[in-house]
Amino acid sequence: MILALLLIPVIAAVLSLIVRNDMLRRIILIVTAISHTSITITAWSVEPGALWNGWLMLDKPGLLFLTITSVLFLACSFYAFGYLAGEAKSKKQVFEEEAFFTNAPEAIFCACIEGFLATMTLVTVSQHFGLLWVAMEATTLASAPLIYFHRHHRSLEATWKYLLICSVGIALALLGNFFMVIAATTPGAEGTTIVLNSLIGQGHNLNIQWLKAAFLFFLVGYGTKMGLAPLHTWLPDAHSEAPSVISALLSGALLNCAFLGILRCYQVCSAAGEAQFCQSLFVLFGLISISWAAIFILGQADYKRMLAYSSVEHVGILALGVGIGAGATFGAMLHAVNHSIAKAMLFMTAGNIIAIYKTKTTKEVRGILSVAPITGVLWIAGFLAISGIPPFGIFVSELTIAKAMIEQGRIGVAVAFLGILAIVFVGMSAAFLNMAQGPKNNDLQIKDRPAMAFTILPPIALGAMALMLGLYIPPVVNDLLHSVASVLGGY
Amino acid sequence: MSNTADIIMIFLVLTNLTLLGLSRMGSCIRIVAIQGVALGFLPLVLNNWNMELGLVLFSVVIISLKGIAFPWMLNRTLRELATQREIEPFIGYGISIIAGTIALVACMWLSTRLPFPEPLMSPLIVPVAFFTIMSGLFLIISRKKALTQVLGYLVLENGIYAFGVALVRQQPMLVELGILLDIFVAVFVMGIAMFHINREFDSIDTDQLSRLRS
Repeated sequence: MILALLLIPVIAAVLSLIVRNDMLRRIILIVTAISHTSITITAWSVEPGALWNGWLMLDKPGLLFLTITSVLFLACSFYAFGYLAGEAKSKKQVFEEEAFFTNAPEAIFCACIEGFLATMTLVTVSQHFGLLWVAMEATTLASAPLIYFHRHHRSLEATWKYLLICSVGIALALLGNFFMVIAATTPGAEGTTIVLNSLIGQGHNLNIQWLKAAFLFFLVGYGTKMGLAPLHTWLPDAHSEAPSVISALLSGALLNCAFLGILRCYQVCSAAGEAQFCQSLFVLFGLISISWAAIFILGQADYKRMLAYSSVEHVGILALGVGIGAGATFGAMLHAVNHSIAKAMLFMTAGNIIAIYKTKTTKEVRGILSVAPITGVLWIAGFLAISGIPPFGIFVSELTIAKAMIEQGRIGVAVAFLGILAIVFVGMSAAFLNMAQGPKNNDLQIKDRPAMAFTILPPIALGAMALMLGLYIPPVVNDLLHSVASVLGGY
Repeated sequence: MSNTADIIMIFLVLTNLTLLGLSRMGSCIRIVAIQGVALGFLPLVLNNWNMELGLVLFSVVIISLKGIAFPWMLNRTLRELATQREIEPFIGYGISIIAGTIALVACMWLSTRLPFPEPLMSPLIVPVAFFTIMSGLFLIISRKKALTQVLGYLVLENGIYAFGVALVRQQPMLVELGILLDIFVAVFVMGIAMFHINREFDSIDTDQLSRLRS
């Protein structure tokens, strides 16, 4: 089953490069996404067997993050279908400057996005830390060409920063891997494997100093990829310059996968009795991230960059939740689900807004509600969902995290957390509401794009999910989230 | 045995310091290539020239990647850039070398403070590996050209690799090869990106990559 999850996207990627027909390639993309998601859903009831001496195994955290990735990819594949149909093949103008560009070939787009799915799947099923590293670096390489889909110098700059900063960050995580091997080496013994379960089994026999050093390098290395401030510098550029459907995948799926990498190391540290050390670092990086993001959200002139900074804020909340521990761990896991759904929906809607208004500048967009009512409603709903307004899911997860803070008597952290959330809310509401309301621009020409339903329905579906998770969490999902939280030392 | 390892390590220190003071990109590529070849012999040296098939194969892969494939790809990129071949550092060569020397001393001191579960093959490996990592990071942040940033990334990778080979024996071949494959593809993709940067900006100065601001 795991093999199928990995091989289907790889085969699809190869096919995409061979096939010459655009339509056929798009259909392959959708079929890949549907089959991947259906296998993932089967994995909820039938636990897939371990492969390669337990190197590849789908445990509870892996299953959770795999599901997020797979469902988002399904939504994105439909959206990409409509997006690719609507993209002109001829030269287009860069929004911000007097320059023209063409798109990268569609075959490369399809092959890379499928390869991206394969590598993210490998991240979620890897139990061996070395293999996890290989998969993590591979996600960077598969997604870099996607960011450079619109071939102009702005996206090129973003791609270069993404490639270099993430590669260097992940190289440091490799050093973390080696530290972990040293931590697990017992003098005189033959060979050391760094498979998650055997490391957890060694528990207190691990060398604490080296393990702590390993965690630091994992946090800095994979934290770069995850977008924890101050290591997030590639993130706003990449998210704002990539096509919106790619931004949705980067923000909703990739950041979570990087977080999973850190959580794997955290699991080992907890087993060695060093959870406290890691948690204080999580809280520190979490607080830095949300405050940093809040500063840049206020007065942000580009609405896609605003969404990108909002991602920095939300990965900060994830780290904060795990750092607080206890009930907040459950909150953080629920938040990962909620944030992915809401953010992907927002990026997709932003893509639709760009298609209508041809600009990413917040000020130049007015009256979405009257120009394109469905997109306008989605934009407002997405804003309410992402800023944690009831009845959307993020409200529940943020409340759970805040409640755990107060229960533990960490009033200072709770006040900072809620205060910053309020600031972000104010900053975002000014931008979002101004964009949605107001008179419509008269010189704006709205043309029906081909396959519009494909770009409207996925954000609607995601919006419905975001709403549902706020009102009712299905028992199976609830159980999974709780068991993931208990693996991570919370409940 | 330990002597040969020590010689490789001293060679590594010298190549790092040379890189910090070199101004021509072509020479830098050559130095990084030589460094890669020297590192390729390290697994064999550390195992007493024990000609196990796996080890030999691993060394051959390393040498052909770091010594042949990477320099070839980078040289090809360099040929595309008709104009300048000077590095143009943000931080001058003299200061770079002095900083490198200070970093070397710091790494020497640091390595005496670290507890290792097993005695090391050569006392120089850990400080030199750390020094190579630092040199790589320094090259990435202090040089203007995209190409030197890639070279810095390779030097960083060399340092991590030296550390890994010295301390982490018996890692599964599959993982090692996976890591190498990743680095290979990374350099390949970076090469393509540089080619595009050169075409779009007419140079590979990364300080021109500054249009995207907060």
